Amino acid sequence: MSYAIEMRHIRKEFPGIVANDNITLQVEEGEIHALFGENGAGKSTLMNILFGLYQPDQGELYVHGKKAVINDPNDATRLGIGMVHQHFMLIDKFTVAENIILGREPKKHGLLDMAKAVKIVKELSEKYGLDVDPYQKVEDITVGMQQRVEILKTLYRGSDILIFDEPTAVLTPIEIKELIVIMKRLVSEGKSIILITHKLKEIFEACDRCTVIRRGKNIDTMSISETNPSDLASMMVGRKIHVQVNDAPYDPKEKVLEIEHLNVLDSRKVNVIKDLHLSVHGGEILGIAGVDGNGQTELIEAIAGLRKVKEGTIKLNGQDITNQKTRKIVEAGLGYIPEDRQKHGLVLDFTIGENMVLQTYYKKPYAESGVLKNKVITKKAEQLIQEFDIRTPSEKTLARSLSGGNQQKVIVAREVDRSPQLLIAAQPTRGLDIGAIEFIHGKLLDEKKKGKAVLLVSFELDEILHLSDRIAVIYEGNIIDIVNPKETDENELGLLMAGRKKGGAES
Amino acid sequence: MSLFEVLTIIIPSTLLTAAPLIFTSLGGVFSERSGVVNIGLEGLMAVGAFTAAISTLGLERAGLGDASPWIAILIAAVAGGIFSLIHAVVSISFRADQTVSGVALNFLAAGLTIFLVKMIFDGKGQTPYISHNIDKISIPGLSKIPFIGPIFFQQVTYTSYLAILVSVFVWFIIFKTPFGLRLRSVGEHPAAADTLGINVSRMRYIGVALSGVFGGIGGAVYLVTITSNYSVTTIAGQGFLALAALVFGKWHPIGAMGASLFFGFAQALSITSQQIPYLDRLPSVIMLTAPYVLTLIVLTGFVGRAEAPKADGVPYIKGQR
Repeated sequence: MSYAIEMRHIRKEFPGIVANDNITLQVEEGEIHALFGENGAGKSTLMNILFGLYQPDQGELYVHGKKAVINDPNDATRLGIGMVHQHFMLIDKFTVAENIILGREPKKHGLLDMAKAVKIVKELSEKYGLDVDPYQKVEDITVGMQQRVEILKTLYRGSDILIFDEPTAVLTPIEIKELIVIMKRLVSEGKSIILITHKLKEIFEACDRCTVIRRGKNIDTMSISETNPSDLASMMVGRKIHVQVNDAPYDPKEKVLEIEHLNVLDSRKVNVIKDLHLSVHGGEILGIAGVDGNGQTELIEAIAGLRKVKEGTIKLNGQDITNQKTRKIVEAGLGYIPEDRQKHGLVLDFTIGENMVLQTYYKKPYAESGVLKNKVITKKAEQLIQEFDIRTPSEKTLARSLSGGNQQKVIVAREVDRSPQLLIAAQPTRGLDIGAIEFIHGKLLDEKKKGKAVLLVSFELDEILHLSDRIAVIYEGNIIDIVNPKETDENELGLLMAGRKKGGAES
Repeated sequence: MSLFEVLTIIIPSTLLTAAPLIFTSLGGVFSERSGVVNIGLEGLMAVGAFTAAISTLGLERAGLGDASPWIAILIAAVAGGIFSLIHAVVSISFRADQTVSGVALNFLAAGLTIFLVKMIFDGKGQTPYISHNIDKISIPGLSKIPFIGPIFFQQVTYTSYLAILVSVFVWFIIFKTPFGLRLRSVGEHPAAADTLGINVSRMRYIGVALSGVFGGIGGAVYLVTITSNYSVTTIAGQGFLALAALVFGKWHPIGAMGASLFFGFAQALSITSQQIPYLDRLPSVIMLTAPYVLTLIVLTGFVGRAEAPKADGVPYIKGQR
């Protein structure tokens, strides 16, 4: 029997690293095959080879049993291979139909035939149950619909082998369910699918078989029915994983953070936080769940003093910090793990040591009479590197050259070490793999046990459900409900996040 | 002097001065829609004007008479297209900073054309005057229409109407053809275009080359309709006005045309002010600076958030995320 895709003994080197080392991938006709591995394991490299963006140094490709050479995406498209990119390859200002036909435009007398384009899009969208509006501009449609446009692009080009590159990273739980239904429908129409992911849940819900790769090497390929999540996870990281759960007793102390009548404008001067109330107590982790763009970013920026508050008050430890300077807020007891670790969390061209003292450099013992005490800083950095298991040659290494997980550990170390009363953790594990996630979750739980307040903002519902003592759901700039994680599930949260209050009524 | 009479002076003058700006800003549309910022429009106009001057002189000597300036415009288009390839190679193939490359283009054009003028004409700083311009005429038939005729169709040049027709044509190309869709796609999201098999570099080369062709035409039209000879001060700021018209017109061919007409109007005011009651009492310094002051006011005050193509000015590196 021939495979839809067979990649034999693929090797690909980049300067300094071997991204793919003798990897073999066999995808059967009509299956959903997971390609599972940590960040940097070599999944994307492998798929980019299949899609013609990279050339392998060694190894062979077979498509439907025939040897193939794929020099560029055009070759891949001709062979019926289509890619649904993780970062959508869509042009915001073009309509859905224009995005789909771009590069293979239907023509009439040499001109664009948009009427025909719309007709083709409608037919495809009906055939595969992919609901889109061909006339709308991509910038005006939801992320879920954008993804359907990406899928339609590949179908329009006649692809029968579809690569999905971490497709669920940007979706809500409901959209993830819809996507899985779509993938199953595509398979029933005779397509074969490769799903790149580092999330276990999707594999068990959607896939038939799974290939695990680790550090550029093949680990195993197996049927999903013959394995289980914890085996698969250990296979991926190469050791046993302990899932961190919030099992310390919930014993809330006095209010640490108190927000009242908060109104905040976003960069376009739109009121994105509308009369928001929220308080966080010592000894608890409060999780904020919500779909991206509902005001999470603006809320935490307002607390951290990075964005102007239009109305309302924010109190930290009883002290009014509304519109105060960030340094003052930090000194009042704020720790902040920002959403974008490279942009706001670190000075990438500073050393680890310098990054460790970004908020404290001007104080004793790090500085005296206006002069930095480098020896003290070095010692501190070395201590934290040890304590937080940061993998680096030395504290003199530039933050830029660390991996994402280690960069995040530098930030967590710096913030936690100052022992702040309130720790804001925004997307603390975004893009990290299971090993690093486990570590950072552990540190957040430690803060709770020490009696500190933790405000956790995340798009990962599992993370929110596992760690929180209370979950506040944010929707269009307002906390529309606060729920107990032990009495709720993803479905209910998903509905709340979509703005539907309990009881099914749309708000 | 009645309003009607004022209009018969100022509208034809507007059309005359706007034509070079329209052509050049349309060139800018092609380049920037493809994702390459083109500060070099000024230089491209200079090359066009210089080429038009020496071509017309040569063609006149060859006895081509009234056809000379028209053929010269075509030669200038080719020269502009070729000269713009410097910008294309530097900014697309070598991914240099597009602003710096454009500025370099302007310096190079100014220096090179004057060097050549001095070389060809025995050290003189300017070319002789051409004897066959594209003259102001009354368009047969249309100019006889009461009221409208004298305002819009007398004392005008064909190049003005050609410019307006061409901008409609360019709009059509950019928004109604597969080529236009692809050109815009590489200016918005080159990586997306690349995955769909569109050759990003090739589209951008075409965009820049077209900006050269149109910039060359713009400079040539300026020479054969307005100045009649080439010197270092011939194209003083016209290219930058065209660039401003491009931004003011929001990278849209019809918008660029409208903005060019507006800037043409501002220049016409300063040229004709001596003939117009009240304006003739203002010091000429004010009227001469008016086009540029108006440009500043318009660009800062009325454009609002200018929506440039998303990848405008960003070199495309394959495989980079």
